[in-house]
Amino acid sequence: MKNVSRIIPCYAADTSGVCSALYEFGGMTVVHDASGCNSTYSTHDEPRWYDQRSMIYISALTELDAVMGNDEKLIADIVSAAKDRSPAFIVLCGSPMPMMTGFDYRAVAEDIQHRTGIPTFGIETNGTRSYVDGASKALLALVKEFVHDMPKDSFEGTSYNIVGATPLDFGLTDTVSTIKKMLGECDMKFISSIGMGSTLDEIRKAASAKVDLVVSYTGLETARYMEKEFGIPYICGVPLGVSQKDICASEMHRAARDGRSSYYPIVRGRSIDNDAERAVIGEAVLAGSLAREWSMLTSAAVDVICPPDTDAALSPDKKDMPLLSEDEITAYLSDNGIKTVIADPLYRYILPKGCELLELPHFAFSGRCFAKDMQNIICKDLKEVWGKLP
Amino acid sequence: MLKQVGLDRPPTVRLGDAVNGDFFAGGLEYNPPARGVWNIVHTGMLIPETHEIFACAQGCLRGVILTAAEMNALDRMSWISVSEQDMFDGTLESDVTDGVCEILEKLPYRPKQVLLYLSCIHLFAGCDFDVIIAELSEKYPDIHFADCYMTPTMRKTISPDAKMRAQLYDALRPMGLDRKSVSILGNDRATDENSELVRVIKDNGFVLRDLTACTSYQEYLDMAKSSLNIAYLPTAQFGCEELSARLGAQAMYLPNSFDADEIRANMAKLCDALGVDCPDLTAEENSAKKALTAAKEAVGDTPIAIDFTAVTQPFGLAELLVRHGFDVRYIINDCLGEDGAAFERLKSLAPDITICSAVNVNMLDFPELEHERVIAIGQKAAHYFNTDYFVNIVQNGGYWGFTGISAIADLIAGAARAPKDRRRLISHKGIGCESCI
Repeated sequence: MKNVSRIIPCYAADTSGVCSALYEFGGMTVVHDASGCNSTYSTHDEPRWYDQRSMIYISALTELDAVMGNDEKLIADIVSAAKDRSPAFIVLCGSPMPMMTGFDYRAVAEDIQHRTGIPTFGIETNGTRSYVDGASKALLALVKEFVHDMPKDSFEGTSYNIVGATPLDFGLTDTVSTIKKMLGECDMKFISSIGMGSTLDEIRKAASAKVDLVVSYTGLETARYMEKEFGIPYICGVPLGVSQKDICASEMHRAARDGRSSYYPIVRGRSIDNDAERAVIGEAVLAGSLAREWSMLTSAAVDVICPPDTDAALSPDKKDMPLLSEDEITAYLSDNGIKTVIADPLYRYILPKGCELLELPHFAFSGRCFAKDMQNIICKDLKEVWGKLP
Repeated sequence: MLKQVGLDRPPTVRLGDAVNGDFFAGGLEYNPPARGVWNIVHTGMLIPETHEIFACAQGCLRGVILTAAEMNALDRMSWISVSEQDMFDGTLESDVTDGVCEILEKLPYRPKQVLLYLSCIHLFAGCDFDVIIAELSEKYPDIHFADCYMTPTMRKTISPDAKMRAQLYDALRPMGLDRKSVSILGNDRATDENSELVRVIKDNGFVLRDLTACTSYQEYLDMAKSSLNIAYLPTAQFGCEELSARLGAQAMYLPNSFDADEIRANMAKLCDALGVDCPDLTAEENSAKKALTAAKEAVGDTPIAIDFTAVTQPFGLAELLVRHGFDVRYIINDCLGEDGAAFERLKSLAPDITICSAVNVNMLDFPELEHERVIAIGQKAAHYFNTDYFVNIVQNGGYWGFTGISAIADLIAGAARAPKDRRRLISHKGIGCESCI
């Protein structure tokens, strides 16, 4: 069965995606749920919880309020909290129970905005989808609310936004600052990071950038919106390894000039036609970037498995697989004779006998279990990361 | 302490002004990063040779799976996720039954018992849990299936924690009561061997049965032999009464009190049930007084903050400490529990104690407010008062009675003398459980 797992965890859910994506912008995020979602999120999905405060709250939904449809209590509680906390914006998302009762996020958000005068949006999560879905919707809502068309930055080189970086995919490994440093050395100017590593004021200037760098599937919908609304092209890829960083940089310069978006940094090209003995399991853009780099270094085919979710556009070679379940992944690795896998350490439980695991902890999968082992692989030689790369 | 003023929902109230019941208006809630309290995953793992299977939505699943992962027990847990479609296509029960069967066929071992957890949405949708358990029991007659619940939405009727501590003993069946067997039920951690509670049982030749000490499934099943079942945690009382009624045993609730008269009364009640003489507790009481005096010397005039996760009767502990000269200045607790009498006495004795909410939205920045140096009893108090000088226990730490008072007093003295690695300690889920982080 697709929805059964004997031993490996599931990925972070959509509610965690919303909270994580909006964590740093001074807003107030309310998860409409009893308590489980917030406890899970703050314990297992949010490495910033201890050191950096953010107004992420739970509605403390009870059965009686759910059955009676007592939305007024929720609205009054949010209005009261907003009065005390003065957030820059309010976001309301929810768990399976509001889904069951047909809770109207948009209507309640409008009501709250009317009563508080604070920008408020409802994001329809239900705790049954992946963090990618929630984070993607959250970033899109943020940009729709706060980013408006404006003249391009006067910087003569390439000005850019990073879109879709959250700790769920990159942990707290200084990924954003490393990308900024690396692109700064390539004559580029950072405008904002729509995800982690920016303030809301920086986000407000995002439309002044000439190109977006999409570093996870979480950022793709936002980048598409910005392309449509502000004419900003986007490049999908993570500048990791020794060659990817140059590819990303040159693609960003090109896109800033000719306005064409591209997935080139995750295209593996002809080597994909061969039977792969290597595979990467993880988030679509990061895994695709790793696969390309690995493929280039070894001149061999590398498959990509995207359990959290993926988009057809993120598989330009049409070979990336959205395998969701433990069974499907196990069968694929076994049936295709995969010999080496880059994946989170908890995948070790389902690898075929003899299959080697190169560990790359993924916070959205194993949470805090390997947080201390997470690595910043931006611009790093992958052979150095693992001591080898068969 | 810098007070937060003019708030719509203030997070603190003066004890003298607090009313018996809920101290704060309900509303949105914050979740402080103190993780020492056990959850239903930890508790279920106490049963040897047992596998846990959770059926719920991804958002809820993740918390329980990673609880197991962090305690290096992923091989004892599996899961079935519930999608939107499952809720409406009439397959709610069959998805669970089929999923459990598939998991059992894949497991490398045969568990003696499966704790099967359903969630709020199952109950809300009218899922027939009885049918699921009946079908599974028929298919796997060698495995006991216990219906368990992860239903935080339903917490106002019976908390998932209390229900879990009842379902822990679901597999126990009548096997003839042994007059010389006594069980302690529903506790996470072993009760202090030095406590008068344990000593009076063991010293009089009774067999003490406790899930925390069971090393085999049979030992666990043998708990059904006990003619007397004791609970001392509030969340264990319901399960104790339910199991005792089912097995025809005597149930006894002996709350973890800090009041000398109540401790003596509880011991007398226990000894009466055991049919033994009540021991003279003067030495234990004097030792407790000495330990409190020593703790007071170590603490000096430093204020104390107590939270409700550390002890089940925070107002009771506060009263004891105040009566021994301590400056108890804060109690973190949102609603009054079983120590209502102590609460009322404290209103006269120390009305200026500040009661702080543990979950109020305005507690978010509380650690950053200007605080005097505080010695904390409990992880939440340590977090909110930003102090490394704290007693790291939950639910009384397995201590009970006068010996428990002595032990906690020693811990307070220790906390006053040396700082702890707060961040590391309060990050670990389930005090006493293995942790990979």
